[in-house]
Amino acid sequence: MSSLAPNLLDEALGFDVATSTITDRWDGCRRVILIEDSVETSGAFVLHHFIKRTLSPLSSDVVIFLSFSHSFSHYDRVLRKMGCNLVQQTENKRFLFFDLLKFQCKEGNVESVTMALYGKVHKALEICCVPDTKTKVLLVIDDISLMEVATNGSSNQVLDFLHYCHSLTSQFGCSLVILDHEDIYTSTDLPTLLLRMECLADTVIKAEPLGTGLAADVHGQLTILNKGVSDVVGKKRSKSSNFHFKIKENNVEYFYPGSRT
Amino acid sequence: MADQICRVLRDGAVEGEHAPALIIKDCTDAPLGHFVFNHIFTRLHSYVSLTKSQSKGVVLIALSRSPSFYARLLNAQGDVLDTSDNWLRVLDCYTDPLGWKSKLSESGSISKVLVENSVNTTLCQNVKDLSNLTSKVIELGREMVGEGKERFAVAIDSVSEMLRHAPLSSVAGLLSDLRGHDQVSCMFWLLHSDLHEIVSVAALEYISSMLANVEVIAQVPNGQKFNSENLSLIEQNFRRGRFHVRFKRRNGRVRLMSEELSVDQSGIKFVPVSSEELVIAQSLVPKVQFNLQLSEKERDDRAKVVLPFEHQDNVKTTQIYDGRRSLSENQHENKHEAADDVQKTENPGNGEIIYFRDSDDEMPDSDEDPDDDLDI
Repeated sequence: MSSLAPNLLDEALGFDVATSTITDRWDGCRRVILIEDSVETSGAFVLHHFIKRTLSPLSSDVVIFLSFSHSFSHYDRVLRKMGCNLVQQTENKRFLFFDLLKFQCKEGNVESVTMALYGKVHKALEICCVPDTKTKVLLVIDDISLMEVATNGSSNQVLDFLHYCHSLTSQFGCSLVILDHEDIYTSTDLPTLLLRMECLADTVIKAEPLGTGLAADVHGQLTILNKGVSDVVGKKRSKSSNFHFKIKENNVEYFYPGSRT
Repeated sequence: MADQICRVLRDGAVEGEHAPALIIKDCTDAPLGHFVFNHIFTRLHSYVSLTKSQSKGVVLIALSRSPSFYARLLNAQGDVLDTSDNWLRVLDCYTDPLGWKSKLSESGSISKVLVENSVNTTLCQNVKDLSNLTSKVIELGREMVGEGKERFAVAIDSVSEMLRHAPLSSVAGLLSDLRGHDQVSCMFWLLHSDLHEIVSVAALEYISSMLANVEVIAQVPNGQKFNSENLSLIEQNFRRGRFHVRFKRRNGRVRLMSEELSVDQSGIKFVPVSSEELVIAQSLVPKVQFNLQLSEKERDDRAKVVLPFEHQDNVKTTQIYDGRRSLSENQHENKHEAADDVQKTENPGNGEIIYFRDSDDEMPDSDEDPDDDLDI
């Protein structure tokens, strides 16, 4: 179970280290997390981390995964190396995969197609979230920029979809994780989609290359910005943090700058 | 100042005039607008429930937070809520703003949307139709206060959401229609300014009589990669901000004021700018271990010290340090010093710095001009 020991990323996200089960850690954490990565540093490993955490054998939590970028076998291979069998989890109905690689809207039917997609997600949540159980659901979208492409660049439709996903967080108490790329928006126009998602998000995770250039032992840095806006009732709010990471074959190491020789 | 805003909203409109309107503006770097909105909303709600205000009820148009969020917020303030609460009506534009859920449940794909019953909520399923929205708000307000002369307040939790669904002209139309309505006592709304063009923001500022602007307290250099240094600045901006308020009076007078706001677990606090700086200044001094203050005598003594290389304008010929002196000159100098020592004992008030070279090998620093500061 040592691979499930909380690391810097978990601490930064405010999972309670003291409690033993993952379910407790997720408890009360219904929130929106936005991962912003860049061309030079992919943020996909953070998604993998979330999947692995949620599908831990200690909990009964469920992942609903909307994939616009890769097929099921891609994630299966990655997660298998990390010690998590997605095929088995799919059979156990704990990993629901929506293959949206061929998702495409035609001119004029964008709203009806996105609405139908939302309907499927909503239905899946209804089935997972049986009242009076402790099951928490993590809804993951990988990635939102490809959804924008599939809706013929209509960012407003994407935002409508995201708003409805956001409404699910209060209706079913689920968490929402969105991946997007930071550097695909021009600086002249207002990068409205990204800014609006930042407004929506309670936590923003930025994956960037090092400011000082490439290094053999460090693959990039993660910055976690906890806004904690939704916490009105005095819940513990974690601070923002910044640390380096190194991606290895079957796990990721997180460490503070300068703590490695 | 936040109190002043609340008082203006509490006192409401004068007969035959537009209701006072407040725009709360924030940006992504200082996302504290919601806290200000929630603060003003809860204050107004408590004024209304204590019948201390002109308005007899509040209609909240919830676009970016669920009605249950506001129910929790008011409960946390100690206000007891139930559906018979006659001071609050929530027009829920959050749960199903485009009618997707109702369409899907009609076709049988999902189960029926449940209206949240923690507060008195009405579901709105088409936010694009703003004229319908206006009439719904007035309907809900009349439900609370009746058709007579009693008034109600209107709060909109994010006009930014509204602007995504409808053009600026219709949103501005809705705001000014409501403001001009004779049963509306006051209005306030939230706007995230960097999501919109400057013109849209300005247009909405014209409709309002008060502006509360939350700005960043620590400027983060643009386009810089994150590091531990600017992370702490960003962190600060999530907790604290500058709070600028602009009041526009009836006669056209504009008054600007500034405060600082900070948010912590106990809630939101407003502090005058000057006192905050004073606190920082006071809190910094005792942390230094050394005595940095000079007494009057010490200051006098310091002024008397003649610095080396300073043109001394006495009878002696000015000695220029060239870095290489012969042995004879050294002996000559030693004599001078002996004489100086005598002089010093006579006049102890004169300070002097005497410089001895360690040895003849010492060369002047190669990169500096030894004659740089001489007045010849």
